[in-house]
Amino acid sequence: MSRIRKAFEGGKAFIPFVTCGDPDLETTERIVKSMAAAGADVIELGIPFSDPVAEGPVIQAANVRALSGGVTTDKILDMTARIRGDIDVPLVFMTYANVLFSYGTERFLKRARDAGIGGVILPDVPFEEKAEFAPLCRKYGIDFISLVAPTSKERIEMIAREAESFLYCVSSLGVTGERSRITSNISEMTALAKKVSDIPAAVGFGISTPAQAREMAALSDGVIVGSAIVRLIGEYGRDSEKHVYEYVKSMKEAIKNI
Amino acid sequence: MAKGRYGIHGGQYIPETLMNAVSELEAAYDKYKNDADFNRELEALLNEYAGRPSLLYYAANMTRDLCGAKIYLKREDLNHTGSHKINNVLGQTLLAKKMGKTRVIAETGAGQHGVATATAAALMGLECEIFMGEEDTKRQALNVYRMRLLGATVHTVKSGTATLKDAVSETMREWTARMDDTHYVLGSVMGPHPFPEMVRDFQSVISKEIKEQMIKKEGRLPDAVIACVGGGSNAIGAFYHFIEDKSVRLIGCEAAGLGIDTPSTAATIATGREGIFHGMKSYFCQDEYGQIAPVYSISAGLDYPGIGPEHAYLHDIGRAEYTAITDEEAVEAFEYLSKTEGIIPAIESAHAVAYAMKLAPTMDKDKIIVINISGRGDKDCAAMARYRGEEIYE
Repeated sequence: MSRIRKAFEGGKAFIPFVTCGDPDLETTERIVKSMAAAGADVIELGIPFSDPVAEGPVIQAANVRALSGGVTTDKILDMTARIRGDIDVPLVFMTYANVLFSYGTERFLKRARDAGIGGVILPDVPFEEKAEFAPLCRKYGIDFISLVAPTSKERIEMIAREAESFLYCVSSLGVTGERSRITSNISEMTALAKKVSDIPAAVGFGISTPAQAREMAALSDGVIVGSAIVRLIGEYGRDSEKHVYEYVKSMKEAIKNI
Repeated sequence: MAKGRYGIHGGQYIPETLMNAVSELEAAYDKYKNDADFNRELEALLNEYAGRPSLLYYAANMTRDLCGAKIYLKREDLNHTGSHKINNVLGQTLLAKKMGKTRVIAETGAGQHGVATATAAALMGLECEIFMGEEDTKRQALNVYRMRLLGATVHTVKSGTATLKDAVSETMREWTARMDDTHYVLGSVMGPHPFPEMVRDFQSVISKEIKEQMIKKEGRLPDAVIACVGGGSNAIGAFYHFIEDKSVRLIGCEAAGLGIDTPSTAATIATGREGIFHGMKSYFCQDEYGQIAPVYSISAGLDYPGIGPEHAYLHDIGRAEYTAITDEEAVEAFEYLSKTEGIIPAIESAHAVAYAMKLAPTMDKDKIIVINISGRGDKDCAAMARYRGEEIYE
């Protein structure tokens, strides 16, 4: 069993996201450590991309801040290797296909493995295109994490059957970003997945409040939060570490004992 | 490997949320593309509404002036709405109607595709929203007004470089949020399968007509077909029925902007490399880490960092040639065609005219060149005047 999957064994998992290099990598490093200290079960490290088509305005803006600050894939890989020595929480990369492809997918995955990365999430690589990435991920012991969406319907079984680590359930139509209400039928999505696989399912997109986290955790095995954290970082910049710590702690607390 | 490949290019690199919408589109297109009734309806729209077939005009003055190959102009600028974009838009909106969609969304660069989409939406009673980069809404203010006049809502896109690529990203995001009642009328031979194939099929009427008209006028095929290339829809339309005719040179003209050795360029084949973006694998202008480059061209319609996957393939196998034309060369050609033939071409199409001006004098007088005049230049007049230092107001 992969380390990421194990992270779901101690109750509902909380999975925070951070855009690497926003506003700089030194801050990211401190934020990731504070997320781990606050009880994060898995941490998603976003490698910024110039044109992130699955992201809403908050994470788009973070990508712009990070890239204009001069962050690169190489610098992020170096940072990851550094943090790996200090924390024990499983780390996954979330980025876009061209970031891997352009670096050389195999070269990227080899370096990612050496940096201690356990999984990758590529929102612009659907099931139909994963053969280009998933086998290479496997070669380097990295899980290729698949997404299902409210529109996936009959595709869910096909995707869940081959899913690794955990199934990323996209809660809502549209792009990433906080939403006041989540209206999709999450339990129907997770039920379809559970029919063919015992893989944990974590819900992401649109979740920002402890109440939403509780609601989503009751229907799944974990909760992923991106934009709400990135918004905090946008607001507090280099001083966001303690705000992120408090936030992650409150969210983790909210989904305890569900 | 997924469907819709042209060699290694193409594919469907899109978020899972869109996969069923794209599959639904693919199934609908497969059903209707060979449907007699659908094709009859489309042909009627193209002929009765858009004004097809477009003329193949012998440019006698230009031919005489350049002292080389005979030059013909394929007059897509004479279509309703003023460019080739209407060919694809009528096909896609008719298909959207058949699919039961009530709303269409589209990106636009120069505004030609947005105007064509807003026009077809008005004709067919569809709700219409257009996404246009802020930079382009300034360069092409008249087209913004035209779209609004036609009943469309125009969204100004401020993200990224605020040009065509950002308009495409934003339209994709909008489609991800609402697809039940909405069809994305993609304007070029790009994006995920089935768009590159479908748009090419709808635009291939251009080369079908050129072939028939040329046989009628000259009794033979042309020696070269020249078209400008951004995403590449008018070029693939002009090339398609000649791909098997190896004697016909197919030449795509990219926008070099200030020059391919400067960062201010949009010439993808000349300066890009293989990548994955906007749903497809193809050539893209990008940095060493795969970040998409902020490209530049005087022409809003060619100001795009990628090229359609079928062009990438035609380049790989050497069937089509791609060359880059600078802003200055394009503006000269814009002025040249206006003065020589009394035809004001779109600044996009002027890139093709510029290359023909270089090529024709090197060819014998019994050779024949066809230039695809993909659009008319009225929309560019104010910007061209400004380029020449004359402040005029629309």
